[in-house]
Amino acid sequence: MNELLKVEHLTKTFTSGLIGGFEIRAVDDVSFEIKPGEIVSLVGESGSGKTTVGKLILRLLTPTSGRILFEGKDIMKLSKKEVKKNYYRKVQAVFQDPFASFNPLHKVDRAFDLVFDSFFPETSREERDEMIDQALVQVGLNPSEVRGKYPHQLSGGQLQRVLIARSLLLKPKLLVADEAVSMLDASTRIDILNLLGDFRDKYGTSVLFVTHDLALGYYISDYTIIMYRGTIVEMGDTEKVFHNPLHPYTQMLLESVPDLNVRWEFKGIEPEKEESTIYRISGCRYAPRCPRAKDVCFKVRPELKELEENHWVACHLYGGE
Amino acid sequence: MSLLEVRNLKIYYKTPAGYVRAVDDVTFHVSKGEVFGIAGESGCGKSTLVHSLILRKPPMEHAGGEAVFKGRDLMKLSEEEARKIRYTELSIIPQYAMNALNPTKKIKDIVWDLAREHGHTNRSEVEKLLRERLAMVKLTPKVADMYPVELSGGMKQRATMVVSTLLNPDLLIADEITSALDVTTQRVVLELLHHFMEEGIVKSIIFVTHDLALLDKIADRIMILYAGKMAELGPTEEVINEPAHPYTQLLLNSLPRMGVQYKKQKLKGIPGYPISLLNPPKGCRFYTRCPYAMQQCKNEEPPLVKVGENHYAACHLLGGENQ
Repeated sequence: MNELLKVEHLTKTFTSGLIGGFEIRAVDDVSFEIKPGEIVSLVGESGSGKTTVGKLILRLLTPTSGRILFEGKDIMKLSKKEVKKNYYRKVQAVFQDPFASFNPLHKVDRAFDLVFDSFFPETSREERDEMIDQALVQVGLNPSEVRGKYPHQLSGGQLQRVLIARSLLLKPKLLVADEAVSMLDASTRIDILNLLGDFRDKYGTSVLFVTHDLALGYYISDYTIIMYRGTIVEMGDTEKVFHNPLHPYTQMLLESVPDLNVRWEFKGIEPEKEESTIYRISGCRYAPRCPRAKDVCFKVRPELKELEENHWVACHLYGGE
Repeated sequence: MSLLEVRNLKIYYKTPAGYVRAVDDVTFHVSKGEVFGIAGESGCGKSTLVHSLILRKPPMEHAGGEAVFKGRDLMKLSEEEARKIRYTELSIIPQYAMNALNPTKKIKDIVWDLAREHGHTNRSEVEKLLRERLAMVKLTPKVADMYPVELSGGMKQRATMVVSTLLNPDLLIADEITSALDVTTQRVVLELLHHFMEEGIVKSIIFVTHDLALLDKIADRIMILYAGKMAELGPTEEVINEPAHPYTQLLLNSLPRMGVQYKKQKLKGIPGYPISLLNPPKGCRFYTRCPYAMQQCKNEEPPLVKVGENHYAACHLLGGENQ
């Protein structure tokens, strides 16, 4: 066993409507692994299920079926106490909105005290102060500028750094960063991203970087997973996925990224395609939007195949009859 | 020929602690037929600037300068006059435009209300135009008879853009309209704007965004704002490829691009945070974060220096002659 986290056939359905409403498969039969010290980006547009996967891993939601193994153990079988004492010590998260992550009535120091109280309650005040200051310095903050302040007195970038510093205290095995930099300005965003990389380099922490921004995913991650409507359409080594995108959806996504190195051609407006039926399609979810869809795409769900080493794609264009 | 001439415009917010100088002495013009991009980070005043052209409500105050649009100073228009030119001559698509449509009305009723306000009397003609425009953005004309909630996100975005441009405004202001969108939808929005320009439905566009890479794709000229002041202004290609102001340079260097990976080449952000606009210092506002800062920068405001054809930047490093 060399993987840290293993997700097997994970499915989560939500029911919409009160009685007899219809089912939405937010995550549909998703399997992937995260190795120790690996940064994996989970890329998808809104509605792709990327955040749901993150929440399932954090045990904030219960899967409908499938398993999540952390260090070989099924996390759904952990007792509440084990989750609190052990699991959350090894798995930490940073979320999108730093202002929502803090209680506005308390000073930011409390975020650290909560960590101490839960995991090392016996630490003395002086030790705590020293550890907090050290962690803050490591994320590039001046402790005197941050400590004793209320969340509204700090900027989004500063708060996000405080949250990373807090995770740093625990030296977790896995950090789930859900759109952690998307609310920040370009000039501060990249430093936070570097911090995640630095964190990994120093402590071997794995990072699941959930994002809609392909350029950021490309910059930071070793491995990339592309999701569309609850399913994985393509995954593999970041270099391979970005330089040799195989799935038509990945290709279209990459074409849409405004990149400074690429000139754009205006191709005219394409019609908005009907998407409401997608959750009921038995074949490929992307088929209704796919320019290369064949009959089989609407009927049979393509399976992930390894087309080259460490590069998987789920598309009928490749392999099969 | 310029459609809009903004000269020394100052827009402040009144607070108990004093004035917040959100837009402080900004000068630029927008020509006919161009897409003018305004870029900057949160709090740089970009939104304040464009919203002040449409409607100024307390605590927003006009503290000086003018904005001449087709011969009239927008800062001096009465409420009635301003209302008249809205949608017909000057229109804005706000941020979160997807939720800007009244959910209790059908699209055609929303449009009719708007057209009637501006003196249209023939309802069937207006509806015919609406259906034509919906078809133009590749939506089914049936959308006219639907409520906004019946539309998907992408359809709503298109419908909103049709509504805000229906009366052929000369100048369309798009304020961060793509920042909440997926990259694929964002691409569609840019295609739409491009199409509106080509068809002559709008003559010029002011496109406001925090995303420089996006402006690179659509704008003819770019203005970079920093803390309420103009840092740089010039043709898109020059600003992107030969940025003159240290802020523009650092900002561009912090943008991830395809081919650059953490493992091989680390990008750097800009250390520090923008200054408070409440009683800002008298020198350069980027002084606190600038790696090239000199004594002069702290005390003297940098003049705007010409660095190329139609390309200006406000920095002491570029020489000091005023012009």
